[in-house]
Amino acid sequence: MSLKKIFTRGLWKENAVFKLLLGLCPVLAVTTNAENGLGMGLATTFVLLCSNGVVALMRNIIPSGVRIPAFIIIIATFVTIVQLVMEAWTYELYQALGIFIPLIVCNCLILGRAEAFASKRPVFSSLVDAIGMGSGFTLALFVLGAIREIFGSGELFGVTLFGAGYQPMLLMILPPGAFISMGLLLALMNKFENR
Amino acid sequence: MDNQLYLSSSPHIHSGETTERIMRLVIYALLPAILLSLIFFGLPALSVLLICTLGCIGFEALACRLMKLPNSIKDGSGALTGILLALNLPASTPWWISLLGAAIAILIGKMIYGGLGYNPFNPALVARVVLLISFPVQMTRWTAPTPLTSGIDAVSAATPLGEMKTAVMLTGKLPEMATSGFLNYFSGNIAGCLGEVSALALLAGGLFLIYKKVISWHIPVSFIGSTLAISAIFWLIDPSKYPNPLFHLITGGLVLGAFFMATDMVTSPVTHKGMLIFGFGCGLLTILIRLFGGYPEGVSFAILLMNAATPLIDRYCRPKIYGQVEQQA
Repeated sequence: MSLKKIFTRGLWKENAVFKLLLGLCPVLAVTTNAENGLGMGLATTFVLLCSNGVVALMRNIIPSGVRIPAFIIIIATFVTIVQLVMEAWTYELYQALGIFIPLIVCNCLILGRAEAFASKRPVFSSLVDAIGMGSGFTLALFVLGAIREIFGSGELFGVTLFGAGYQPMLLMILPPGAFISMGLLLALMNKFENR
Repeated sequence: MDNQLYLSSSPHIHSGETTERIMRLVIYALLPAILLSLIFFGLPALSVLLICTLGCIGFEALACRLMKLPNSIKDGSGALTGILLALNLPASTPWWISLLGAAIAILIGKMIYGGLGYNPFNPALVARVVLLISFPVQMTRWTAPTPLTSGIDAVSAATPLGEMKTAVMLTGKLPEMATSGFLNYFSGNIAGCLGEVSALALLAGGLFLIYKKVISWHIPVSFIGSTLAISAIFWLIDPSKYPNPLFHLITGGLVLGAFFMATDMVTSPVTHKGMLIFGFGCGLLTILIRLFGGYPEGVSFAILLMNAATPLIDRYCRPKIYGQVEQQA
């Protein structure tokens, strides 16, 4: 498989959120606005990039019987780094994302890529795969967060978009809004892809 | 080939019952309540009714077109959803909220599942709850009944249930209106949604439906009965804190919900036993939400939650096939 194909596959054809429906817990929980979605996506991408790289480096050392615990320890290391960095430099975002930063450890996208790709491939293509998958994940979180923010609070990145007469639809930034907008988005995509 | 013998499987005798007839009868049964709401709330009520009904019909036609389904607006279910939605909204609802409600009811509540018969939740209630959660300010701006003749546009007022909840939360005691003198709410002197205005008119419509055999008595009786029974238990424990069961009966949307919303054939159980369980669950949830929940009124949430439980109830109330021998364990 060419590197370009590995990259674009994660971005769209095997998009973790819209196509594989992986890692939906953070996707639905933190996308109350575009900023949170983007932040969560970038944090996950960073962890994915590092863990894919290290797993690919160590793929011949890790005995296959204990590979899952080993992957988890590698992932947890980078999640801890992300958590401390975010607490130090982006404190507001850190507070907004809350428990979902440590929960990146059990994001099945990351473990899935480690198991299915990085543990069998050389380092460089694993990194490309991580960038592709991570950008796809970030894109999905950003789109969902932006849609929910626009409808649910009439803003995008905290900038008011409409006049004073606009009434935001509160439901969209509440949990049911996440499920409804995700479902409608998937339905729309299926409709246009299956033509 | 004219004298060919046509063979078809049973049944051969049709009762003449059609979706159109059922929907028409339900709309007839709602007419007294609609008329009373127009008398009590005047022109704003008329505009809410018209926008919701026409909106629902319009969105249904649009959805049928987009989904390449045969146009189903003639069966009247869209119009009925619109009327029920309007009866679940306050008279002061702005036009765009009514229209959005119609879109949610038809598109997200019904057509997205494949149209009438496939929706797991009552479409009108889906729309009401979405609107209630999304626009709490507009959706709880109740107006007291102001007849057309009074010359006043609108007087804002709290619903009896809202007043009760606020008073109990602030003082731990029931307000005076919930302990005495609430019987005049029965005929319709009450602040609230269009369809909460008169328990009497709704009751008349509901009895008409039971008489016409459009609905069976099981759901309304077990819904209202369990609401009364459970609220009576609380009332007997502490009458200064929990209101009289009759207060629960005639305020809020209980009668509308029990006769017209919970009995929706698509979203309620099929067997009579299942209907009794369904009604009991609705009643229990209604009282729990009214007395202990965050919202003053719980009928719509209760019915939606039980809608979700309907497939499960149907599964456990499956009738035994005639002649089937029970399996030995």
